[in-house]
Amino acid sequence: MSAKERLDVPIMADLAEKGEKPDYLFWVGCAGAFDDRYKKVARAFASILNHMQTSYAVLGTEETCTGDPARRAGNEMLFQMQALQLIELFDAYEVKKIITICPHCYNVFKNEYPELGGNYEVITYLDFLEEAVLSGKINPDLTRFEGVKVTFHDPCYLARANNITEPPRKILQMLSVNLVEMERNKHLALCCGAGGGQMFKEAEKGEKEIFIERTEEAIKTDPAIIATACPFCMVMITDGLKYKNREENIKNYDIAELIALALGN
Amino acid sequence: MIANFIFSLLLIVAVWLFTRNVRHIAQNIRMGKKVSITDQKTRRWKLMGRVAIGQSKMTTRPISAIMHLFVYVGFVVINIEMLEILIDGIFGTHRVLAFLGNIYPVLISMFEILAVLVILACVIFLMRRNILRLWRFWTREMTPWPRTDANIILVTEILLMSSILVMNAADVQLQARGNEYYAAVGTFLISDLIQPWFAGFSESTLIGLERASWWFHIIGVLIFLNYVPYSKHFHIFLSFPNVYYSRLEPMGKMVNMPAITNEIKMMLNPAATADVTQSQEEDIGQFGAQDATDLTWKHLMDAYSCTECGRCTSACPASITGKKLSPRKIVMDVRDRIEEIGKYSRKNGKEQSDGQSLFNRITDEELWACTTCNACVQECPVNIDPLAVILEMRRYLVMEKAAAPGELNATFSNMENNGAPWQFSNEDRLQWTGK
Repeated sequence: MSAKERLDVPIMADLAEKGEKPDYLFWVGCAGAFDDRYKKVARAFASILNHMQTSYAVLGTEETCTGDPARRAGNEMLFQMQALQLIELFDAYEVKKIITICPHCYNVFKNEYPELGGNYEVITYLDFLEEAVLSGKINPDLTRFEGVKVTFHDPCYLARANNITEPPRKILQMLSVNLVEMERNKHLALCCGAGGGQMFKEAEKGEKEIFIERTEEAIKTDPAIIATACPFCMVMITDGLKYKNREENIKNYDIAELIALALGN
Repeated sequence: MIANFIFSLLLIVAVWLFTRNVRHIAQNIRMGKKVSITDQKTRRWKLMGRVAIGQSKMTTRPISAIMHLFVYVGFVVINIEMLEILIDGIFGTHRVLAFLGNIYPVLISMFEILAVLVILACVIFLMRRNILRLWRFWTREMTPWPRTDANIILVTEILLMSSILVMNAADVQLQARGNEYYAAVGTFLISDLIQPWFAGFSESTLIGLERASWWFHIIGVLIFLNYVPYSKHFHIFLSFPNVYYSRLEPMGKMVNMPAITNEIKMMLNPAATADVTQSQEEDIGQFGAQDATDLTWKHLMDAYSCTECGRCTSACPASITGKKLSPRKIVMDVRDRIEEIGKYSRKNGKEQSDGQSLFNRITDEELWACTTCNACVQECPVNIDPLAVILEMRRYLVMEKAAAPGELNATFSNMENNGAPWQFSNEDRLQWTGK
């Protein structure tokens, strides 16, 4: 998939003008929109949605931050300001189902917006993709990653925060990869170091950076690919691989990218 | 008989002191903010059965899980023996439960096996702490007092269990010699192995040894009972209710602040102001937690339930990588602070403040090192939530003191100005599509 090639992505406002309502809102998130590495993941997932001819749309320029980093950093005022404005926007478009590629966005929509009046069916792209592969809606080339050694880094906001540990593993198994687990995995996985607002600041003084500790643990499994499912984890693990001078022989891919690649997108 | 009188007096004093101390802890916990936890009773009982009674969260670390199981089961079961000691002590009887007949030696043998397992576990625990010096028992918050506290508990348990074995062994010897006061009640499994050591002792020495062990055990238990409320060992009582009152929501969900929702709704929609004037008139109070009394009673119960095992800290990404933050320290600080407030207010009256707060113990640097990853919450065997305290204190820092780190303030302004934590224009939000 070339980054320059233009991807046809339906926009909520355009559909509304035509009086159409998509089944899903694809929530891209700030990282999907602005982080150069995660833009590719947004593209990969949108290409799969297109491939499946899913009825979906994105908010485009109307999308804003969910407020998650503000809430975790103690700025409840700003969080609720963002949240209440977004809920108004979702109401205007009568949004019912939201697919997220960011676990932090997933968590706030799923667990924290209902108390503020925003009730939606919130789905992680992992659940969506697992179902799509299982039901045969997409048929990835199962030889593409056959036997490739992959370790999966669990994002905190999926595994611990929301008890989602199996969908990414099932997808990897369906792709016939050689899945190897890190010592700390699933609910006991070590954080990448970027949650709770850390993504946006320097870490406090210590003996070591958290992302290096986690990357070293991943490298111990001697993988060809470290798979992740979170934009922040992606940034941290990629930095870790660079720090350890391993970015040449260990690749860091998001689950959506692996499927897109196996689909030939 | 004078011995029965002394025994009863000791018992009454010990129980009275204990209830007074427990009442103080209950008063301290009630100083927390009110929150109602009365939902999903069946689920809560089941959770308590699994996590507290069933020790399910201990199993992630098998060695300490098995050793702890010995001590835990030993404590619960050997307390049946306490019943006999109490009756014997008050009424001057000897081995009153012997009327159970053939079951009695089986019962005592079971206690003895457990006593040996407790001793074994405590010795291993002492070695892990003092010889192997496991990292999590030597972090910054493990100052001399918490380290001593742990050793006192372990040594006391070894002594209490040993005294039972010595007492029984002397008893078995006396039974064999046909002493009239020591009726033959059957063979006890472990003390039968020990009693040959006492074969050369005179009968009066044996009686002295048996009585001394008996008194040592019961006085030891009564002293220990009164030590527990001052110690991390209080978890033997509080872990059960603490697990019952666990947060049942997904770990990722943060507690909402409805007062702020009302304020923002008014800002966004001034026309609706008339409907909410009433809530506006209510005192919103302070945002977040500055002091232990700004936390809920459940957070305070958490603090008293902590046994300082350090599993939270050994799983915390910040602690592991040498940052100042340690979730166990946060919980211990909350406990020590509410103790301090409790003592101060009992002395000087409830309305008086000592001018201190949680921030005299917990620094901003610790609070900002948290990644909110929930590893500490996941680890805690008694479902303590250290993260909740960190987040409430961050709320205080940001909303009451405007004291967020500079980079986070920049992130906040980006979110306010262009709707993203980074400084990008919203117009560029579709660039990823290749436009």
